[in-house]
Amino acid sequence: MRAIDTLLSGDLPRSRLLALALGAILFALALAPFLFPGTRSLDVAAKVCIFIVLVASYDLLLGYTGIVSFAHTMFFGIGGYGIAIAMTRLDAGWSALAIGTAGALAVSLVLSLLVGLFSLRVKAIFFAMVTLAVASFFAILASQLSDLTGGEDGLTFKVPEFLRPGFRLLDEPVLGVVFGGKLITYYLVFTSALALFLGLLRAVNSPFGRVLLAIRENEFRAEALGYRTVVYRTLANCLSALVATLAGVLYALWLRYTGPNTTLDFAIMIDILLMVVIGGMGTMYGSILGTTLFIVAQNYLQDLMKMASGATRGIPLLPDLLHPDRWLLWLGVLFVVCVYYFPLGIVGRLRHGGARKG
Amino acid sequence: MTQPSDDQGPLPQARIDTIPLLILAGVVIVAFFLIGSASTWVTLTIAGVAMGLLIFIMASGLTLVFGLMDVMNFAHGLFIAIGAYVGVSTMKAFSSAAGSESFLENLGALAPTLLGAVVVAGLIGAFFERVIIRPVYGQHLKQILITTGGMIVAEQLIHVIWGPDLLPLPRPETLRGSFLVGDVAIEKFRLVAVVVGLSVFAAMMLVLNRTKIGLLIRAGVENKEMVEAMGYRVRRLFVWVFIVGSALAGLGGALWGMYQENVTVHIGAQMMVLIFIVIIIGGLGSVGGCFVGALLVGLVANYVGYLSPKVALGSNILLMMIVLFWRPQGLYPVNRQ
Repeated sequence: MRAIDTLLSGDLPRSRLLALALGAILFALALAPFLFPGTRSLDVAAKVCIFIVLVASYDLLLGYTGIVSFAHTMFFGIGGYGIAIAMTRLDAGWSALAIGTAGALAVSLVLSLLVGLFSLRVKAIFFAMVTLAVASFFAILASQLSDLTGGEDGLTFKVPEFLRPGFRLLDEPVLGVVFGGKLITYYLVFTSALALFLGLLRAVNSPFGRVLLAIRENEFRAEALGYRTVVYRTLANCLSALVATLAGVLYALWLRYTGPNTTLDFAIMIDILLMVVIGGMGTMYGSILGTTLFIVAQNYLQDLMKMASGATRGIPLLPDLLHPDRWLLWLGVLFVVCVYYFPLGIVGRLRHGGARKG
Repeated sequence: MTQPSDDQGPLPQARIDTIPLLILAGVVIVAFFLIGSASTWVTLTIAGVAMGLLIFIMASGLTLVFGLMDVMNFAHGLFIAIGAYVGVSTMKAFSSAAGSESFLENLGALAPTLLGAVVVAGLIGAFFERVIIRPVYGQHLKQILITTGGMIVAEQLIHVIWGPDLLPLPRPETLRGSFLVGDVAIEKFRLVAVVVGLSVFAAMMLVLNRTKIGLLIRAGVENKEMVEAMGYRVRRLFVWVFIVGSALAGLGGALWGMYQENVTVHIGAQMMVLIFIVIIIGGLGSVGGCFVGALLVGLVANYVGYLSPKVALGSNILLMMIVLFWRPQGLYPVNRQ
């Protein structure tokens, strides 16, 4: 029990249902290759792992510090492009991977520092607008510098031998699962995501995290207590950017591809916002629930809606509203409802219910 | 002794800051020497002014809404998209008049198209203000989130109503093509954009500077509490500013759709970035700044697009950076108490 407490930095789920849901998700992700065989479901599992990290790092900004940034996908993209460029220019080995990651981290650090120092002094709205502009500029840049980034087509690259799908660790499948590069990559993604998530949990429960919360609640008072709020905000912005960059590295490594549509698209930014808010702002666990719910919905809700749309044929407008491509409409409605009525999202609901019983 | 008398002369006037205007003129002149060809320069300048005025129409409402109530509407692009889509439908309904060779009949198609866009966008703006924005006054974080959420839902609803495909929005017959003045080619539709844009700007300036409502709006931007203390309801005023701002965005959207001759659901989100840049450059809350900023963005985009197409798409961001390094609050900072 104490070990778990240390591992979770003292921030326990504090709700039986929440703990159950988190345990189930952890179990499913840890054993995904064995529980859900098939390429599509493993893709979904890997995407969930990576986006949990990405969303959690965004929550550090939005939920804990109270800053809205629209440039989070930019840092995600820098990670992806960092290793994609290193892998295509250098030998596709571990050293290229390390160089690409280090380079991407450095670029992200400098950029997030610049953006932070430039615009975090002023109002939240101003920061949101500036980051939106900078992110769209970066997306244009990535598609224009086609010599370096591959333009709209993106970059497909080779990964180290060990991680390639063709690589075999064991000749025979065990329990119907091939022990090869794909499996190794999945577990690399899974353990990195887990470690990064626990690291973020550590950060928000440290004295540093408390100051961030204080700034969110009352910036003036935090400043009066002697904390340089600009410094803390900038640090939070940099930390969040660095973690997003690492998530981008993992995503590129999993897809063996980086392009504007997988990393820099504004639609991904919207997805991240939805995941954070639906899961619960200011609760790291919210990112797990929000991401899982969202990505599973993205991949499987459409099948359900196809059935519903077919069943309501003949009624005006309803089949159009239930059209499989309209899944985002319903999540958008859920998002708006969450912001109004459940500011702490699903996690807040679960914790609140649990507290009343206990 | 201290009673004011009538013969004290005119009230002291605030001096107009002319430096941003000089910069605007400077950009136009420098571009002339960089481009080198007079006819190209005229064409580009007219294109830039037309684009700038269209952006101004769309952005002016947003900056006023922010100035008056400290509300930043991230879903402003929605009204642009609605204006454009209503324009598509109306233009289709009046397609016979739009296809005719007579300019008057073309106007008979253009007028209802623009009017429809204005009315529908205004109505939806009223609804949006009531349902989405009113519950989150004064909470910036929630405003950003909720308006972004409203944008997502609305974009999806546009998909439901008009479908996901790119729709054509043809210009009326006599407004296609261009005039030739000497060896200068001037696209006809750009002139329409300039005329409409200047009329909107003139009307807005008249209302803001010559009417009581305008006086209240300007006073409200500078000091809301004081205006309320005088017994005026700034909030009611704000609702109307919001509606008019949305309607103008709708008008701008319909014109922009015709400018590009087609409409996709992303038109709003694409314009949003440009509009944010413009109102940041101009100074949040300042209509005059918004006007100068929009012209600056339009002109620079066209000049740079001709001189070095690779940089063109990023030129606006660079422009914003330069302006903010010089004046961190924008060209015309709004003094707030």
